[in-house]
Amino acid sequence: MSDDIKHEWPLFEVFVRAKRGLNHVHVGSLRAADHEMALHHARDLYTRRNEGVSIWVVRSDDVVSSGPDDKDAFFAPSGDKVYRHPTYYSIPDSVPHI
Amino acid sequence: MSFDDAYEALTDHDDDTRWAYGTGFSDPLAGVPTAVPDGVDPADLVAYCLMLGDDALVMSHRLQQWVTRAPELEDEMALANIGLDLLGQARLLLTRAGEVEGTGRDEDALAYLREPAAFRHVRLAERLDDDFAHLIARLLVFSTWRLALLDRLTTSRDPILAAIGAKGVKEATYHREYAAGWVVRLGDGTDVSHTRMRAAVDGVEPLAGELFEPHQVELRLAAAGVGVDPATLRTEYDDVLAEVHRVATLPPPPPLQEGTGGRDGVHGPELVEILTEMQELARANPGGVW
Repeated sequence: MSDDIKHEWPLFEVFVRAKRGLNHVHVGSLRAADHEMALHHARDLYTRRNEGVSIWVVRSDDVVSSGPDDKDAFFAPSGDKVYRHPTYYSIPDSVPHI
Repeated sequence: MSFDDAYEALTDHDDDTRWAYGTGFSDPLAGVPTAVPDGVDPADLVAYCLMLGDDALVMSHRLQQWVTRAPELEDEMALANIGLDLLGQARLLLTRAGEVEGTGRDEDALAYLREPAAFRHVRLAERLDDDFAHLIARLLVFSTWRLALLDRLTTSRDPILAAIGAKGVKEATYHREYAAGWVVRLGDGTDVSHTRMRAAVDGVEPLAGELFEPHQVELRLAAAGVGVDPATLRTEYDDVLAEVHRVATLPPPPPLQEGTGGRDGVHGPELVEILTEMQELARANPGGVW
Protein backbone atom coordinates (compact mmCIF):
# COMPACT_ATOMS: atom_id res chain seq x y z
CA MET A 1 0.00 0.00 0.00
CA SER A 2 2.73 2.39 0.90
CA ASP A 3 4.10 1.98 -2.61
CA ASP A 4 0.97 3.71 -3.87
CA ILE A 5 1.59 6.90 -1.94
CA LYS A 6 2.56 9.59 -4.38
CA HIS A 7 5.07 12.00 -2.99
CA GLU A 8 4.02 14.77 -5.31
CA TRP A 9 0.56 16.32 -5.28
CA PRO A 10 -1.41 16.20 -8.54
CA LEU A 11 -1.49 19.18 -10.84
CA PHE A 12 -4.58 21.40 -11.23
CA GLU A 13 -5.42 24.01 -13.83
CA VAL A 14 -6.87 27.27 -12.52
CA PHE A 15 -9.48 29.46 -14.22
CA VAL A 16 -10.43 32.87 -12.82
CA ARG A 17 -13.36 35.09 -13.75
CA ALA A 18 -12.35 38.72 -13.48
CA LYS A 19 -15.83 40.07 -13.04
CA ARG A 20 -19.45 39.17 -13.47
CA GLY A 21 -20.34 38.75 -17.13
CA LEU A 22 -16.88 37.78 -18.32
CA ASN A 23 -15.62 34.28 -19.02
CA HIS A 24 -13.37 32.28 -16.75
CA VAL A 25 -9.85 32.58 -18.12
CA HIS A 26 -7.02 30.11 -17.66
CA VAL A 27 -4.43 31.78 -15.43
CA GLY A 28 -2.03 28.97 -14.53
CA SER A 29 -1.64 25.77 -12.60
CA LEU A 30 -0.74 24.58 -9.11
CA ARG A 31 -0.30 21.46 -7.03
CA ALA A 32 -2.74 20.36 -4.32
CA ALA A 33 -3.82 17.18 -2.57
CA ASP A 34 -7.47 17.50 -3.59
CA HIS A 35 -9.96 19.86 -5.19
CA GLU A 36 -10.78 21.81 -2.04
CA MET A 37 -7.14 22.48 -1.32
CA ALA A 38 -6.63 23.43 -4.96
CA LEU A 39 -9.36 26.04 -4.62
CA HIS A 40 -7.71 27.50 -1.53
CA HIS A 41 -4.32 27.51 -3.17
CA ALA A 42 -5.75 29.16 -6.26
CA ARG A 43 -7.16 31.90 -4.07
CA ASP A 44 -3.75 32.40 -2.49
CA LEU A 45 -1.73 32.26 -5.69
CA TYR A 46 -3.91 33.86 -8.33
CA THR A 47 -6.33 36.32 -6.71
CA ARG A 48 -4.07 38.33 -4.42
CA ARG A 49 -4.53 41.56 -6.35
CA ASN A 50 -8.27 41.82 -6.90
CA GLU A 51 -8.13 39.66 -10.00
CA GLY A 52 -11.28 37.71 -9.58
CA VAL A 53 -14.80 37.04 -8.36
CA SER A 54 -14.92 33.31 -9.14
CA ILE A 55 -12.44 30.44 -9.44
CA TRP A 56 -12.62 27.07 -11.18
CA VAL A 57 -10.05 24.33 -10.62
CA VAL A 58 -9.75 21.20 -12.78
CA ARG A 59 -7.40 18.26 -12.46
CA SER A 60 -4.88 18.67 -15.26
CA ASP A 61 -5.09 14.99 -16.17
CA ASP A 62 -8.85 15.43 -16.66
CA VAL A 63 -8.25 17.93 -19.43
CA VAL A 64 -8.48 16.37 -22.88
CA SER A 65 -6.68 18.47 -25.43
CA SER A 66 -6.03 18.42 -29.14
CA GLY A 67 -2.44 17.65 -30.02
CA PRO A 68 -0.10 19.49 -32.37
CA ASP A 69 -0.30 16.59 -34.83
CA ASP A 70 -4.06 17.12 -35.17
CA LYS A 71 -3.65 20.73 -36.11
CA ASP A 72 -4.27 20.40 -39.84
CA ALA A 73 -7.18 17.99 -39.55
CA PHE A 74 -8.79 20.03 -36.79
CA PHE A 75 -8.37 23.59 -37.86
CA ALA A 76 -7.21 23.94 -41.45
CA PRO A 77 -10.54 22.90 -43.09
CA SER A 78 -12.24 26.03 -41.76
CA GLY A 79 -9.72 28.25 -43.46
CA ASP A 80 -11.49 28.41 -46.84
CA LYS A 81 -15.11 28.41 -45.68
CA VAL A 82 -15.65 32.10 -45.84
CA TYR A 83 -19.45 31.62 -45.88
CA ARG A 84 -19.25 30.65 -42.22
CA HIS A 85 -18.60 34.27 -41.37
CA PRO A 86 -21.61 36.55 -41.09
CA THR A 87 -19.78 39.25 -42.99
CA TYR A 88 -19.87 37.03 -46.10
CA TYR A 89 -23.53 37.83 -46.54
CA SER A 90 -24.82 41.12 -47.76
CA ILE A 91 -27.76 42.48 -45.83
CA PRO A 92 -30.76 43.73 -47.80
CA ASP A 93 -31.63 47.34 -47.11
CA SER A 94 -35.10 46.28 -46.00
CA VAL A 95 -33.80 44.33 -42.99
CA PRO A 96 -33.75 46.68 -39.99
CA HIS A 97 -31.91 46.58 -36.64
CA ILE A 98 -28.68 44.98 -37.82
CA MET B 1 -18.75 53.65 -27.42
CA SER B 2 -18.05 50.94 -29.95
CA PHE B 3 -19.89 47.62 -29.81
CA ASP B 4 -17.66 45.72 -32.22
CA ASP B 5 -16.74 43.44 -29.34
CA ALA B 6 -19.66 42.22 -27.27
CA TYR B 7 -17.47 41.98 -24.19
CA GLU B 8 -16.12 45.45 -24.46
CA ALA B 9 -19.15 47.00 -22.82
CA LEU B 10 -18.60 44.81 -19.77
CA THR B 11 -15.05 45.93 -19.07
CA ASP B 12 -14.53 49.26 -17.41
CA HIS B 13 -11.99 50.91 -19.62
CA ASP B 14 -12.65 54.18 -17.86
CA ASP B 15 -11.42 53.11 -14.43
CA ASP B 16 -8.24 51.43 -13.27
CA THR B 17 -9.79 48.31 -11.80
CA ARG B 18 -8.79 46.05 -14.69
CA TRP B 19 -7.53 42.80 -13.33
CA ALA B 20 -3.89 41.80 -12.91
CA TYR B 21 -2.70 45.36 -12.44
CA GLY B 22 -2.88 45.52 -8.68
CA THR B 23 -5.37 48.36 -8.59
CA GLY B 24 -8.86 48.91 -7.26
CA PHE B 25 -7.77 48.82 -3.62
CA SER B 26 -9.50 50.78 -0.90
CA ASP B 27 -8.39 52.33 2.38
CA PRO B 28 -10.39 50.66 5.19
CA LEU B 29 -10.12 53.82 7.32
CA ALA B 30 -11.09 56.33 4.62
CA GLY B 31 -13.41 58.95 6.09
CA VAL B 32 -13.57 57.34 9.53
CA PRO B 33 -13.61 59.89 12.37
CA THR B 34 -10.51 59.68 14.56
CA ALA B 35 -11.64 61.36 17.83
CA VAL B 36 -11.34 59.29 21.01
CA PRO B 37 -14.90 58.34 22.14
CA ASP B 38 -16.37 60.06 25.23
CA GLY B 39 -15.62 58.54 28.59
CA VAL B 40 -12.52 56.67 27.44
CA ASP B 41 -9.08 57.18 28.97
CA PRO B 42 -6.76 57.71 25.98
CA ALA B 43 -4.05 55.72 27.78
CA ASP B 44 -6.38 52.73 27.91
CA LEU B 45 -7.10 53.01 24.20
CA VAL B 46 -3.36 53.20 23.44
CA ALA B 47 -2.68 50.11 25.55
CA TYR B 48 -5.56 48.23 23.92
CA CYS B 49 -4.40 49.04 20.39
CA LEU B 50 -0.89 47.90 21.34
CA MET B 51 -2.22 44.60 22.73
CA LEU B 52 -4.14 43.73 19.58
CA GLY B 53 -1.52 45.27 17.29
CA ASP B 54 1.40 43.45 18.91
CA ASP B 55 -0.45 40.12 18.77
CA ALA B 56 -0.77 40.58 15.02
CA LEU B 57 2.76 41.96 14.53
CA VAL B 58 4.54 39.18 16.38
CA MET B 59 2.36 36.43 14.93
CA SER B 60 2.98 37.89 11.49
CA HIS B 61 6.73 37.74 12.04
CA ARG B 62 6.57 34.10 13.03
CA LEU B 63 4.57 33.38 9.86
CA GLN B 64 7.13 35.25 7.77
CA GLN B 65 9.82 33.00 9.20
CA TRP B 66 8.08 30.07 7.49
CA VAL B 67 8.64 31.61 4.07
CA THR B 68 11.22 29.42 2.25
CA ARG B 69 10.59 26.69 4.87
CA ALA B 70 7.00 25.63 4.17
CA PRO B 71 6.41 22.06 2.99
CA GLU B 72 4.92 23.17 -0.35
CA LEU B 73 5.25 26.29 -2.47
CA GLU B 74 1.49 26.77 -2.48
CA ASP B 75 1.28 26.69 1.31
CA GLU B 76 4.18 29.06 1.58
CA MET B 77 2.11 31.60 -0.33
CA ALA B 78 -0.85 30.94 1.93
CA LEU B 79 1.24 31.51 5.06
CA ALA B 80 2.79 34.65 3.60
CA ASN B 81 -0.67 35.97 2.71
CA ILE B 82 -1.90 35.35 6.25
CA GLY B 83 1.21 37.01 7.65
CA LEU B 84 0.62 40.03 5.42
CA ASP B 85 -3.03 40.26 6.52
CA LEU B 86 -1.92 40.35 10.15
CA LEU B 87 0.82 42.86 9.38
CA GLY B 88 -1.84 45.08 7.82
CA GLN B 89 -3.95 44.85 10.98
CA ALA B 90 -0.89 45.59 13.09
CA ARG B 91 -0.07 48.70 11.05
CA LEU B 92 -3.56 50.14 11.53
CA LEU B 93 -3.59 49.37 15.26
CA LEU B 94 -0.08 50.70 15.95
CA THR B 95 -0.83 53.82 13.92
CA ARG B 96 -3.97 54.35 15.99
CA ALA B 97 -2.00 53.81 19.21
CA GLY B 98 0.60 56.37 18.11
CA GLU B 99 -1.99 58.98 17.12
CA VAL B 100 -3.97 58.68 20.36
CA GLU B 101 -0.75 58.74 22.38
CA GLY B 102 0.10 62.04 20.71
CA THR B 103 3.85 62.04 21.25
CA GLY B 104 4.73 61.68 17.59
CA ARG B 105 5.43 57.94 17.50
CA ASP B 106 4.22 56.33 14.28
CA GLU B 107 3.77 52.66 13.38
CA ASP B 108 7.45 52.29 12.53
CA ALA B 109 8.62 53.82 15.81
CA LEU B 110 6.31 51.52 17.74
CA ALA B 111 7.26 48.38 15.83
CA TYR B 112 10.98 48.96 15.47
CA LEU B 113 12.07 51.05 18.43
CA ARG B 114 10.30 49.58 21.46
CA GLU B 115 12.09 47.34 23.95
CA PRO B 116 10.73 43.83 24.66
CA ALA B 117 9.06 44.86 27.93
CA ALA B 118 6.95 47.45 26.06
CA PHE B 119 5.30 44.80 23.88
CA ARG B 120 1.79 43.74 24.91
CA HIS B 121 1.14 40.51 22.97
CA VAL B 122 0.29 37.10 24.43
CA ARG B 123 2.86 34.33 24.66
CA LEU B 124 1.06 32.25 22.06
CA ALA B 125 1.98 34.80 19.37
CA GLU B 126 5.73 34.59 19.91
CA ARG B 127 6.08 30.84 20.41
CA LEU B 128 8.60 29.16 18.12
CA ASP B 129 7.00 26.41 16.04
CA ASP B 130 8.53 22.96 16.42
CA ASP B 131 7.10 21.84 13.08
CA PHE B 132 4.33 22.62 10.58
CA ALA B 133 1.72 20.94 12.79
CA HIS B 134 2.64 23.27 15.67
CA LEU B 135 2.28 26.28 13.41
CA ILE B 136 -1.13 25.07 12.24
CA ALA B 137 -2.29 24.40 15.83
CA ARG B 138 -1.14 27.88 16.84
CA LEU B 139 -2.83 29.47 13.85
CA LEU B 140 -6.09 27.70 14.64
CA VAL B 141 -6.07 28.95 18.24
CA PHE B 142 -5.01 32.46 17.25
CA SER B 143 -7.42 32.91 14.34
CA THR B 144 -10.41 31.39 16.15
CA TRP B 145 -9.91 33.77 19.07
CA ARG B 146 -9.17 36.72 16.84
CA LEU B 147 -12.13 36.17 14.54
CA ALA B 148 -14.48 36.13 17.55
CA LEU B 149 -12.81 39.30 18.86
CA LEU B 150 -12.81 41.23 15.56
CA ASP B 151 -16.43 40.27 14.98
CA ARG B 152 -17.42 41.94 18.24
CA LEU B 153 -15.17 44.93 17.59
CA THR B 154 -17.28 45.82 14.53
CA THR B 155 -19.84 47.32 16.92
CA SER B 156 -17.25 49.23 18.98
CA ARG B 157 -18.04 52.84 19.86
CA ASP B 158 -14.59 53.70 18.54
CA PRO B 159 -15.10 54.05 14.76
CA ILE B 160 -11.46 53.17 14.02
CA LEU B 161 -11.62 49.91 15.98
CA ALA B 162 -14.96 49.13 14.35
CA ALA B 163 -13.45 49.66 10.89
CA ILE B 164 -10.40 47.55 11.74
CA GLY B 165 -12.76 44.84 12.99
CA ALA B 166 -14.80 44.93 9.78
CA LYS B 167 -11.68 44.61 7.65
CA GLY B 168 -10.17 41.91 9.87
CA VAL B 169 -13.24 39.67 10.06
CA LYS B 170 -12.97 38.76 6.38
CA GLU B 171 -9.27 38.04 6.76
CA ALA B 172 -9.51 36.02 10.00
CA THR B 173 -12.36 33.96 8.58
CA TYR B 174 -10.00 32.69 5.90
CA HIS B 175 -7.13 32.21 8.37
CA ARG B 176 -9.33 30.02 10.56
CA GLU B 177 -10.59 28.05 7.59
CA TYR B 178 -7.04 27.43 6.38
CA ALA B 179 -5.82 26.32 9.82
CA ALA B 180 -8.86 24.14 10.54
CA GLY B 181 -8.50 22.48 7.14
CA TRP B 182 -4.93 21.47 7.90
CA VAL B 183 -5.71 20.28 11.44
CA VAL B 184 -8.37 18.00 9.98
CA ARG B 185 -6.13 16.88 7.12
CA LEU B 186 -3.26 15.97 9.44
CA GLY B 187 -5.36 14.71 12.35
CA ASP B 188 -7.47 12.48 10.11
CA GLY B 189 -4.52 11.54 7.91
CA THR B 190 -1.85 8.91 8.41
CA ASP B 191 -0.66 7.48 11.73
CA VAL B 192 2.39 9.73 11.59
CA SER B 193 0.45 12.90 10.79
CA HIS B 194 -2.13 12.10 13.47
CA THR B 195 0.56 11.59 16.12
CA ARG B 196 2.32 14.81 15.23
CA MET B 197 -0.89 16.85 15.01
CA ARG B 198 -1.93 15.52 18.40
CA ALA B 199 1.42 16.45 19.93
CA ALA B 200 1.05 19.92 18.43
CA VAL B 201 -2.42 20.64 19.84
CA ASP B 202 -1.36 19.27 23.23
CA GLY B 203 1.64 21.57 23.23
CA VAL B 204 0.00 24.71 21.86
CA GLU B 205 -3.65 24.85 22.88
CA PRO B 206 -3.06 25.24 26.65
CA LEU B 207 -1.37 28.58 25.86
CA ALA B 208 -4.78 29.91 24.80
CA GLY B 209 -5.62 30.52 28.46
CA GLU B 210 -3.92 33.90 28.36
CA LEU B 211 -6.17 35.02 25.49
CA PHE B 212 -9.27 34.80 27.63
CA GLU B 213 -8.00 36.34 30.88
CA PRO B 214 -9.42 39.86 31.01
CA HIS B 215 -6.85 42.60 31.57
CA GLN B 216 -7.96 45.70 33.48
CA VAL B 217 -7.65 47.75 30.30
CA GLU B 218 -9.89 45.32 28.43
CA LEU B 219 -12.50 45.36 31.20
CA ARG B 220 -12.61 49.17 31.36
CA LEU B 221 -12.90 49.50 27.57
CA ALA B 222 -15.50 46.74 27.39
CA ALA B 223 -17.57 48.61 29.99
CA ALA B 224 -17.26 51.74 27.85
CA GLY B 225 -18.50 49.90 24.75
CA VAL B 226 -15.17 50.31 23.00
CA GLY B 227 -13.29 47.07 23.69
CA VAL B 228 -14.22 43.43 24.18
CA ASP B 229 -14.07 41.40 27.40
CA PRO B 230 -12.15 38.36 26.12
CA ALA B 231 -13.90 36.06 28.59
CA THR B 232 -17.06 36.52 26.51
CA LEU B 233 -15.30 34.91 23.52
CA ARG B 234 -14.66 31.64 25.29
CA THR B 235 -17.89 29.85 24.35
CA GLU B 236 -17.44 30.46 20.63
CA TYR B 237 -13.80 29.44 20.87
CA ASP B 238 -14.58 26.22 22.74
CA ASP B 239 -17.31 25.30 20.27
CA VAL B 240 -15.06 25.79 17.24
CA LEU B 241 -12.10 23.92 18.74
CA ALA B 242 -14.29 21.02 19.87
CA GLU B 243 -15.80 20.67 16.40
CA VAL B 244 -12.41 20.82 14.64
CA HIS B 245 -11.01 18.21 17.02
CA ARG B 246 -14.02 15.97 16.44
CA VAL B 247 -13.73 16.10 12.66
CA ALA B 248 -9.95 15.68 12.89
CA THR B 249 -10.41 12.54 15.05
CA LEU B 250 -8.36 14.17 17.82
CA PRO B 251 -9.24 13.90 21.53
CA PRO B 252 -11.07 16.91 23.01
CA PRO B 253 -8.92 20.04 23.50
CA PRO B 254 -6.68 19.97 26.60
CA PRO B 255 -7.38 22.30 29.57
CA LEU B 256 -6.03 25.84 29.29
CA GLN B 257 -3.10 27.20 31.29
CA GLU B 258 -3.05 30.46 33.20
CA GLY B 259 -1.46 33.34 31.38
CA THR B 260 2.10 34.56 31.76
CA GLY B 261 1.58 38.30 31.80
CA GLY B 262 2.29 39.09 28.17
CA ARG B 263 -0.31 41.88 28.28
CA ASP B 264 1.85 43.56 30.95
CA GLY B 265 5.09 43.16 29.03
CA VAL B 266 6.35 39.89 30.53
CA HIS B 267 7.92 37.91 27.69
CA GLY B 268 10.39 35.10 27.22
CA PRO B 269 13.72 34.97 25.40
CA GLU B 270 11.85 34.11 22.20
CA LEU B 271 10.71 37.72 21.86
CA VAL B 272 14.29 38.98 22.11
CA GLU B 273 15.20 36.70 19.23
CA ILE B 274 12.22 37.97 17.20
CA LEU B 275 12.94 41.64 17.84
CA THR B 276 16.64 41.27 17.11
CA GLU B 277 15.66 40.12 13.65
CA MET B 278 12.67 42.42 13.13
CA GLN B 279 14.28 45.62 14.38
CA GLU B 280 17.83 45.16 13.12
CA LEU B 281 17.48 47.09 9.89
CA ALA B 282 15.51 49.99 11.38
CA ARG B 283 17.92 50.38 14.30
CA ALA B 284 20.96 50.25 12.02
CA ASN B 285 19.48 52.99 9.82
CA PRO B 286 17.82 55.53 12.18
CA GLY B 287 15.16 57.51 10.36
CA GLY B 288 15.50 55.38 7.27
CA VAL B 289 12.48 55.18 4.97
CA TRP B 290 11.63 52.29 2.69
